[in-house]
This record gives sequence, structure tokens and C-alpha cells, in this order.
Amino acid sequence: MKALALKGVAAVSALSFVAASALADENANLVVNGEIDMTIRAPAPDHMENMSEVMSGWLFRSSETQALQLDDFENPGMIWVDDAREVFASESGSGGESCASCHDSPEALAGVRAVYPKWDEEHGEVQSLEMQINECVTERMGGEPWKYTGGTMVNMTALLASVSRGMAVNVAIDGPAQSTWEMGRDLYYTRTGQLELSCANCHEDNYGNMIRADHLSQGQINGFPVYRLKNAKLNAVHSRFKGCVRDTRAQTYSPGSPEFIALELYVASRGNGLSVEGPSVRN
Amino acid sequence: MKRTILFAVGLIAASTVVMAGTTAPSDVSFDDQGAIANTLSGAAGDPESGKTIMRTRGLGNCIACHEVSELSDFPFHGDIGPSLDGVAGRWSAEELRGIVANAKMTFPDTMMPAFYKTDGFIRPGNGFTGKAAEGELEPLLSAQQIEDVVAYLLTLKEE
Ligand code: HEC
Ligand code: HEC
Repeated sequence: MKALALKGVAAVSALSFVAASALADENANLVVNGEIDMTIRAPAPDHMENMSEVMSGWLFRSSETQALQLDDFENPGMIWVDDAREVFASESGSGGESCASCHDSPEALAGVRAVYPKWDEEHGEVQSLEMQINECVTERMGGEPWKYTGGTMVNMTALLASVSRGMAVNVAIDGPAQSTWEMGRDLYYTRTGQLELSCANCHEDNYGNMIRADHLSQGQINGFPVYRLKNAKLNAVHSRFKGCVRDTRAQTYSPGSPEFIALELYVASRGNGLSVEGPSVRN
Repeated sequence: MKRTILFAVGLIAASTVVMAGTTAPSDVSFDDQGAIANTLSGAAGDPESGKTIMRTRGLGNCIACHEVSELSDFPFHGDIGPSLDGVAGRWSAEELRGIVANAKMTFPDTMMPAFYKTDGFIRPGNGFTGKAAEGELEPLLSAQQIEDVVAYLLTLKEE
């Protein structure tokens, strides 16, 4: 029998809310598999001027959706984590090597997700986890790069997130990463498209409010990749960015573009202190 | 999977032909407070049509952000902006026209989109495709649709 991993009051509320649109208990805690204690509320990092507390997107979902993330057997995203484990151990590319040839096991990479995007000295740029993975695939294993938001890549990022679950997001925003971070911040506050909306309009000024049927969260990315009930698959961070920018009736940037890397670093830094939660479950 | 949060489809292409008596978006004059004195279409507004525009995703979709009790049969209402109940008691027809056409002239920096504006956007898209806009943009609502919405708002008097 699976342990229902809710604490105290939260356990009661999870059972008592049934309507699909029911908003979840704001005091709920997130403990996965009865053992990974997630930090889903944290004091806002010093660089954030307009907010005092940062909150995981999990808090803004209905109790039914929340419940799916409490146990790996319930979390549909974990199926692809298992797929990625196989890929991790399989030889590919011209050198006949696997990820495991250099990294032993996925668990050996615990902590990595928490600090990406990260400055890469050798390439002189900020790299997302996807870029780092593709660097291994192409430069070290002699293979073809994986599609940026394709299944193989998303699954691997889900695996790497899963082994870091519970660790605090802690991306560096100073030193050589600073100019990229500033570019991301500018993008976050730019009102784009014919609707002239910025990320901040929805996720800073209006989190907790409803926009039509959607309960707005802070747009944090500590839970990525996310399994969405809406499309029944794992979704990469840049796919979500693209959807949100498109919804402002704007021309989007491409997944993997310098703009989205910068935006990712900035948004990640807004969640410094929250736990790595991926793969999480959202509606 | 192309559901969008606001204004799902561009059903507004009909406004391409600028009708006689219509003021083009770039020719609209706002007073200091953001109000527009005269009808944009040259004709009176139809409150029934305005009511439909208010609640329809592909049109005004005003209830994405506003609560309107009279439209409570239509799910779901957002709470980004104030409730529009009794709004006719707070603003005149001229002021409401200005707010719907370009709310930023009345409330600087407001989140409310400008429904009768076609330029000055950053990275405008081709509807909700995520691709760059091609050619001239259509306003989100036509001149007549703005008048219809204003006519509907004028029916929202405090009970
Ligand atoms: C018109 C409103 C709107 C704008 C503008 C907007 N978003 Fe969103 N965003 C949403 C909605 C609605 C959701 C789904 C509910 C939620 O999690 O907030 C969402 C979800 C997200 C999520 C998923 C959060 C999670 O926990 O799963 C992220 C990340 C995100 N947005 C980032 C952004 C970024 C970055 C921008 C700007 C480039 C942006 N959004 C602009 C409405 C918006
Ligand atoms: C994305 C959100 C959004 C949408 C969509 C939106 N509004 Fe608004 N609206 C606002 C906000 C926010 C305000 C408050 C003004 C401010 O920013 O101070 C407002 C204010 C108003 C007001 C003044 C209300 C008062 O009591 O002072 C009217 C009238 C209004 N809106 C009508 C409309 C109509 C009609 C539509 C659709 C055609 C619409 N709005 C669509 C966000 C929105």
C-alpha cells in the first residue's frame, strides 16, 4: 500500500475537496513518497524587489492534481524517467559510450539540476541543462544532438531533475552569468504582443488570481519538466515559455534560443530556495 | 493542442473594410482623461451583440479578467480587473469608449489590453500562432464591436 504522503491538515483537505476546479489548501505541504520533503514556500531571493515569498506552482493546483505528485507510482512523469534510465545506460554515438561510462549512475549527478542554467567556462556562455546534455552527446560521445524539446531530451532532463528532488534551486546570477541574467530580467518585464502582457503582469502582479478558468501561479520552473494532464506528456521549460509568449499574441522565441536561455536563468533565479520538484504534475 | 488563455481566435478579419463614418484606430483622439467623445463606427451600439462579445473567447473575452454578475451563466470569470457590475454608474459613454478602445489612456500601465489599437507593439504575432505578424494588424475588436460593448456596459447600472 502506498503511503499518503500529506502532513497534518493537508491530508484532510486532500480528501475533502472533490470538484475539479477546487483550489487547494494554501497550507498544504508536499512530501513525495513519504520521504522527500519539498520546500514549496521560501523567502524571496534578495534580487527580487517586488515580492517577499516565492511559491511552487504545485500550491496553485487543485487537490486532485496535487495528489498525483505525492507518490512516484501516481506520477505519470515517472514513466519517462524510467525510459531515460535505460538511455542513460545504453551505448550510442561513434565512441560506443553511454552516459554511464562517465557518470556511473544518474544518482551520481544529483545536485546538477539545481544549479542550471550555469556559466560554462570552456564555451564562454550560460548553458541550460539541455545544452550541457547535448555537449556530452555530441562532443564526448560523437553522436547527433538531441532535439531541444524532443522526447529523448525531455526524458533525460526529467531523470536528472528526479535525482535532485528536494534539493534547493541555487543558480548563480553574478560573475560571468550576470549579463545573461540581466537580459532575462529585461525579457521578463517586457510587455509583448498585441495584448501587451509581460511575464510579470500574470506571474508577479496577479499570481493567486484567476484569468478565466486558470489559477495563476508565480510561473516558477523548479517543477520542470512538468507532466501536464492537458497534453498527457512531459513538457520542457522552453515549451511552456513559448506557450505563454504566444498567448500574448506575440512572435515567440525558439526553444534553445539565447533569449529563452537568458529567460530561463532569470526565472530559475526567482525560484532560488525552492526545491527541485521535477517531474512535477500540473493541469 | 492550441488552446489559448485569451481571445482564442481572430474572428475580426471582417473589419478589414473600413466602413464609411468609421474612425481608424490611428485617427482616434482621446481627451486628457482618456475618453473618446464620438462614436467610432458612426452608428449606435447594439447591447445584445456587446454582451456576446464580452463573454466570447475569440472576441472581447472580457470575463477572462472581469466578473460580471449578469453574465454568471457563462463560466469562468477572472478576477484580474474590477467587477463590472454597476460600471455605468461610474463612467460615462465617452469614458467607457476610451477604456475599451485603449485602457492605457485612462489607467497608465494597466494590464488591460487595448482593443482598438494597431501599432506600437513589441514583437506582434500573427494571432495566436506564435509567428510574426504579417502585414497590417487588425484591432482586437472592430469599431462597431467597440460600440456594441460600450452599449452593453451602459446597461450595467447598480440595482
Ligand atoms: C496572459 C497571462 C500570462 C502571461 C503573460 C504569461 N503567463 Fe505563464 N502561465 C499563465 C497561465 C494561465 C499558466 C498556467 C497556470 C499557472 O501555473 O500559472 C502559466 C504557467 C506558467 C508556467 C508553469 C508553472 C508551473 O508550475 O507549472 C511557467 C514556468 C510560466 N507560466 C512562465 C511564464 C513566463 C516566463 C512568461 C513570460 C515570457 C509568462 N509565463 C507569461 C499565464 C501567463
Ligand atoms: C487582461 C485583463 C483584462 C481584460 C482582458 C479586460 N480588462 Fe478591463 N480592466 C482590467 C484591469 C486590470 C482594470 C483596472 C484598471 C487599472 O489597471 O487600474 C480594468 C478596468 C476596466 C474598466 C473600468 C472599471 C471600473 O469600474 O473602473 C472597464 C469598464 C473595463 N475594464 C472593461 C473591459 C471590457 C469591456 C473588456 C473586454 C472588451 C475588458 N475590460 C477586458 C483588465 C482587463
